[in-house]
Amino acid sequence: MTEPAAVEVASLTKRFAALTAVDGLSFSVARGEIFGLVGPDGAGKTTVMRMLAGVMRPDAGTVILDGVDVVSDPELAKRHLSYMPQRFGLYEDLTVDENIRFYADLFGIARGLREERAKRLLAASGMEPFRGRLAGKLSGGMKQKLGLTCSLIHAPKAVLLDEPTTGVDPVSRRDFWRILYSLLGEGVTIVIATAYLDEAERCHRLALLDRGRLIQCDTPAALKQKMPGALVAIASPDPRRVRSALEDEPGVQTVVLVGDGVHLVVDDAGRIAELERRLADQGVPYEHIARVTPSVEDLFAALLGRKAEDG
Amino acid sequence: MNALRLRAIARKEVLQVWRDPRSLMIVLLMPIMQMLMLGYGVNLDLKHIPICTYDREGSQHSEALLKGFAASEYFDVVKVATDYAAVTAAIDGGTCRMAVVVPQDFSERLTDTGASSVQAILDASDDNSATIAAGYAQAVIDQFEQNVQIWFAGNHGQSMAPPPPISLESRVWFNEDLESRNFIIPGVVAVVMALVGAQLSSLTISREWERGTMELLVSTPVTPMEVMLGKLAPYFVIGLLDAVLCLVMAVLWFAVPFRGTLLTLFATTSLFLVAVLGIGYLISVAIRSQIGASQIALLVTMLPTALLSGYAFPIDQMPAPIQWVTYLVHARYYVTILKAVFLKGVGMTALLEPILGLILYAVIVAFLAARAFRKRLD
Ligand SMILES: Nc1ncnc2c1ncn2[C@@H]1O[C@H](COP(=O)(O)OP(=O)(O)O)[C@@H](O)[C@H]1O
Ligand SMILES: [Mg+2]
Repeated sequence: MTEPAAVEVASLTKRFAALTAVDGLSFSVARGEIFGLVGPDGAGKTTVMRMLAGVMRPDAGTVILDGVDVVSDPELAKRHLSYMPQRFGLYEDLTVDENIRFYADLFGIARGLREERAKRLLAASGMEPFRGRLAGKLSGGMKQKLGLTCSLIHAPKAVLLDEPTTGVDPVSRRDFWRILYSLLGEGVTIVIATAYLDEAERCHRLALLDRGRLIQCDTPAALKQKMPGALVAIASPDPRRVRSALEDEPGVQTVVLVGDGVHLVVDDAGRIAELERRLADQGVPYEHIARVTPSVEDLFAALLGRKAEDG
Repeated sequence: MNALRLRAIARKEVLQVWRDPRSLMIVLLMPIMQMLMLGYGVNLDLKHIPICTYDREGSQHSEALLKGFAASEYFDVVKVATDYAAVTAAIDGGTCRMAVVVPQDFSERLTDTGASSVQAILDASDDNSATIAAGYAQAVIDQFEQNVQIWFAGNHGQSMAPPPPISLESRVWFNEDLESRNFIIPGVVAVVMALVGAQLSSLTISREWERGTMELLVSTPVTPMEVMLGKLAPYFVIGLLDAVLCLVMAVLWFAVPFRGTLLTLFATTSLFLVAVLGIGYLISVAIRSQIGASQIALLVTMLPTALLSGYAFPIDQMPAPIQWVTYLVHARYYVTILKAVFLKGVGMTALLEPILGLILYAVIVAFLAARAFRKRLD
């Protein structure tokens, strides 16, 4: 017997006037899973999160959270979930402790329990020395960690995080993820929207979103397997020349500039020899050319690039 | 409804008001300033009244007398006329509010009879400031060592009553006669409370939207009722404190007699506050920026309460259709009550009608307010 899914989303749809921001989305998240929503700006991540959190009504579709229908009974669902909006949502004119107390009170958490949890969470994020500081005076990373602390103070069953680490320093990001992983042991389900693709690889499963539609939904490893064709990395001192030399070659699907070179997707790994020849013909300098394992970022570029050509 | 959540919202609201200088200013300074402004008439700028002088004699005495006007901070001599035509032009053209004319035989009569007189010509179209200017003029003349009288005349030959004698103390705060001030001040309290209360509560919900804290708030189990009551409770207390401040000012500063009971005052003030805060809250729910909400609140409360509450302009002298409109103005009921409580000292039974009106008003506003806020972003 399989455990029922912690989050079950079916045919979720939201329209804003003529724009369909979320278009018939279906996915499910298992208990104790970190599920990532990935997509470019405007893909509809925030809108999905809001509907999961029960603060926005879908035009169609259902969201079931731990057996509770969020659409028909959002208030019941809200008791057991926590939502961290994309925009910082705490009170900047309240201190760290005052914010924590406020959210603990709203969820009916008794003082003793609040103190114990706050202590543990603040210690985990290295924020203990700042308990008396106004939230508005914290750094970006600390604000987000405070947001997470407030979200977790009522020990929710499901945590919804909308781009929680955007603009956060690497140290705070590490703290942040350590806390998230520690929650999994307690059976907490996490749905996280992110624009950082390296972060997406830390999720158990990913949903790739584009213009409100679900393009792919699988584990990062499986998604990479699904990558059509082959990914070729070319290291070069002049990536732009490499791009212009190769972008119109037969079999080349997408070309993306990366730091010290280009990544390109070709329909078959056998094309590498052709590419090398072409670069040599045109006298484009390059140091290295090889097939590589794609990252989520490459995958995304490949999938979206292809879609853009279709459409 | 959950007491812990209610208290959490109220506590947070108090902390925010306490740390927000703008809110604190509304709480403390606005009532005091408005009491003074409305209590002394809307025109605070009664110093430096522009006047014109016409010295027909040109003697040492006449010059000394006119110097008194030039030196007074109440007057600015903006024109020195050399004939009557210039005097009339200055007043009719609006550049001067008053002209002081020294007659040709000023010194002569002073030496012969020991007494003399000058003439003050006033712009009779603006009754209120004419009276005030006349009072100041009288005060300036009184300071001249010799026995000089001043005759007042309107600019088109209208006769003007001499101003009431003013004492040295009241000169600084010259006001209309005591009786009409008593009549107006209790109403001023109502106007001030309506303004301040709506200002305060208009910020409650709009602040959450503006600062981006609303999205998180609505994702918690807090109920709209808890949000409303938790947010308004502190302002209710603040409103009562402001009421005390205004009432104390009315009695101690403006020396308006208080003949009623504190119980009636407290009960009716509480009712009025419910209506006032409810209106501000409704606006706050509708407008998502603090500035916008507070300006709408000002607009919605200022004109109706100032014009239609009967605080200065008696309702029974208004045209019938306008009289009907006044029933929609919450301050109308409270003004009636305050005037009666202050000046007549009547109890609640005698005020049944306005009190019932106020109760009905408060209930309707509270009902609307309780349904206004939705925990939704769309
Ligand atoms: N409240 C709204 N009203 C109108 N359009 C909206 C609203 N919220 C989002 N949108 C639009 O819906 C699309 C998806 O937005 P969003 O969910 O914020 O995407 P993401 O979080 O992935 O950047 C965008 O085109 C955005 O402009
Ligand atoms: Mg977003």
